Amino acid sequence: MRITRDIDLAEECVQDAYAKALSSWRSDGIPARPAAWLTTVAKRNALDALRRRSTLDKKLPLLVDDDVAPGPESSGDAADHPSLGAGDSIGSFPTPGYGDEPGDDRLRLVFTCCHPALAREAQVALTLRLLCGLTTGEVARAFLVSEPTMAARITRAKKKIATARIPYRVPAPSDLPARIDAVLTVVHLLFTTGHTAPVGPGLVRNDLVERATDLARMLRTLLPGNADVAGLLALIVITDSRRATRVGADGRMLLLQQQDRRAWDRAAIAEGLTLVEEALGRRPPGRYALQAAIAAVHAEAPTWDATDWSRIVALYDQLCATWPSPVVALNRAVAVGMADGPLAGLAELDVLTGERQLKGYPYLPAARADFLRRLGRITDAHSAYEEALALTDNDVEREFLADRLEELGR
Amino acid sequence: MAQYLVLIYGDEARWAAGGDEINERAMKGHMKFGEDNHEAVAGGNALQPTSTATSIRKGEDGEFSVTDGPFAETKEALGGYYLVEAPDLDAAIAVAKQVPAEFGGVEVRPIMVFG
Repeated sequence: MRITRDIDLAEECVQDAYAKALSSWRSDGIPARPAAWLTTVAKRNALDALRRRSTLDKKLPLLVDDDVAPGPESSGDAADHPSLGAGDSIGSFPTPGYGDEPGDDRLRLVFTCCHPALAREAQVALTLRLLCGLTTGEVARAFLVSEPTMAARITRAKKKIATARIPYRVPAPSDLPARIDAVLTVVHLLFTTGHTAPVGPGLVRNDLVERATDLARMLRTLLPGNADVAGLLALIVITDSRRATRVGADGRMLLLQQQDRRAWDRAAIAEGLTLVEEALGRRPPGRYALQAAIAAVHAEAPTWDATDWSRIVALYDQLCATWPSPVVALNRAVAVGMADGPLAGLAELDVLTGERQLKGYPYLPAARADFLRRLGRITDAHSAYEEALALTDNDVEREFLADRLEELGR
Repeated sequence: MAQYLVLIYGDEARWAAGGDEINERAMKGHMKFGEDNHEAVAGGNALQPTSTATSIRKGEDGEFSVTDGPFAETKEALGGYYLVEAPDLDAAIAVAKQVPAEFGGVEVRPIMVFG
């Protein structure tokens, strides 16, 4: 008897994708649909420091250089001045090697790209373009828009940076926690979008996953003492350790319960576990650290049946306290169902049925559907699967839900 | 140095219902803001409520239409402004956060510089 596949669907997909919804929920309310993304065959771009340097050299015409006062007199001298960036305020190219570490430039750049005054779409596009070195065309394809549209979006963002004078610098210590959080949100959004693509024929967009991982590693190198940065990197490497096992040979989605744990990347998991310990050192633990700790419980369970669900519920309790949100509550409800049975899980989910922010979120009806099915409430389960299907755009997930429906029908 | 307009928006109904205590608090808040930020603030004013506003549009026929009320009916109405000098947006935001803006918030808009 198939027991928990749909709980897995909810658990895995929610664990992987919910922060994406959450990040935009925090500022804008949960959108009706995630942005559409194309699955393309991605070129593997090596992201070495040299490439970022050359990107920095060429691609920053509209950033205001904080170190240099505006005016024609500065442009001549600055080239010789080791402690200044070069050029005047608008149209300057922060030139690496003038007394700056290249890491400092990347930090300044990432904080600028992820400034809260920019719309989330603009933050993500700028980060991909300026930090990851994607061409405008590549970023456009990632967002399923035309290249002129993406070029216009990036230009508008750069114009806002210049006109409103968003400074090109690492924020002041008092602003740093909130600003780091904004950067981590963007990187995590890139990761979850790649890990479970909202739309398209493939479940995973490896190119976005790799970009996000590189960015998280860069942040880890540049901010080695920061627990939240460690937490995000931990979450990314542990979650991605399952990459080889998430889609079966037939292209169908495999849930946590079905994945061959021998094929999980144990080196990545080991790295992640070390980082989780470090990240949990912060009091109170941050949300990425807690999510990573939940992922670690799965990673350390030798089999599905050996999963310590009570520990997962306890971690979700902490997460709900730090980060109260309907999506986290949904995740917790699924874990409760696993720990205490479908009736308990359904009771937790029923509390969320009226939640405005979860309207249009497919993982709620998907989770309900599975609990209902396990309770033998077939008609109700059928409606819930249909509801989930109507809200799901990713082909692999749609196929999975359609399979569930078909099995119910028999 | 750049200039920004900090526009103060608030729900007028809630202001009106607030009574003397709320108004006094706002007055004190604005005085403190002015003292704390006197170097950055180049000007500012409170505005009379939108019930005192008059809007003027010119039709396609070239005729003026003068009507009672603010230009746009919004839940949170424009209630005042400060003109602020700041080297960059982060500095402007740091100042703007100190502006008392109960029942609403503020918008920070860079002044256009010509020539």
